[in-house]
Amino acid sequence: MALRKEHEIHKRRSGLNKGVGILLAAFVVLIMALTMVKVTSASFKFPDAQSSGEQGEQN
Amino acid sequence: MSDASINASRAYEDEASFGDYFALLKPRVMSLVVFTALVGLLAAPVSVHPVVGFCAILFIAIGGGASGALNMWWDADIDKVMKRTKSRPIPAGKVEAGEALAFGLALSGLSVIMLALAANVFAGAFLAFTIFFYVVVYTMWLKRATPQNIVIGGAAGAFPPVIGWIAATGTMSVEPWLMFLLTFMWTPPHFWALALFMRSDYDDAGVPMLTVTHGRRSTRIHILAYTVLLAVLAVGTAFSGIGGPIYLAAALVMNALFLHGAWKITRRDEDDSEGDNFKVERSFFKLSLLYLFLHFGAILAEALLKPYGLGGW
Repeated sequence: MALRKEHEIHKRRSGLNKGVGILLAAFVVLIMALTMVKVTSASFKFPDAQSSGEQGEQN
Repeated sequence: MSDASINASRAYEDEASFGDYFALLKPRVMSLVVFTALVGLLAAPVSVHPVVGFCAILFIAIGGGASGALNMWWDADIDKVMKRTKSRPIPAGKVEAGEALAFGLALSGLSVIMLALAANVFAGAFLAFTIFFYVVVYTMWLKRATPQNIVIGGAAGAFPPVIGWIAATGTMSVEPWLMFLLTFMWTPPHFWALALFMRSDYDDAGVPMLTVTHGRRSTRIHILAYTVLLAVLAVGTAFSGIGGPIYLAAALVMNALFLHGAWKITRRDEDDSEGDNFKVERSFFKLSLLYLFLHFGAILAEALLKPYGLGGW
């Protein structure tokens, strides 16, 4: 079967797919940046480390 | 070309683009949400990490956009009647109503959870309440039930600075509620001026705007009454923790202009308005946009200058 000329709809779908792709990539970068900020802040504590520390004090 | 391909081609023409989904988020309303939430966040007396602050504003904006999509889903029937809204994605046939519902619900959930994680749970819960208020209380209940729809429903648009403040501090205080009241009291004269020169739209859609239920004379008087109350509140805010000389100067100038505009609207009759195609009402509507922008801009200026010993009293 011969290849058909690209329809306008293919361009529109391509634009939508690229847009969603860029947004998802940006979301991943944003979550990574947010996680870095949260875990490097002075007030950050690992919940497990805190609870095991308390158990240690009781023993 | 076969019939099948012609039909398929027509169906493709109505397929949504990226821009149609973006239009569901009401970008112009979202810009107001972003600006006022940013002012609320920066006016708070604590420092916020730029990444956390950016995330908070982004997810507040997405929450505002999600409620816009849900509003378009519910109001699709009246949107196709009104000239101002008939080119929106659902009445234009670009996006299915069910798609808008799913899109709005998904973004609502995402924005609330992410704001709670990025800032704090209180801010996330307040964003959820704001979406609920705009979609259920305003859109589903009040909008078609009472001419006070704009007055009470305006609260939803006034919450963003409060959410911004809570995102920064995790607590509530008087200052964000002054910002809330500023937008809350500004909304009725802003929308009633619009209703005066877009009257056939609301009549055709059967939305009980004040112009339809109480008449246009009464609407003009209501605009003046709310503008007087707004002026007292706006100038009084200058002497609070978010005010200062810059804000006071902006408030005095803008409220004098706004009161003058409202007074001119009250003195006009329908023949005057029809005669010049609602020139005074249109200019009052444009002035109202500048009014809100300059008040929040002045609050922002006071907050940004404070570290240099210049902002505030």
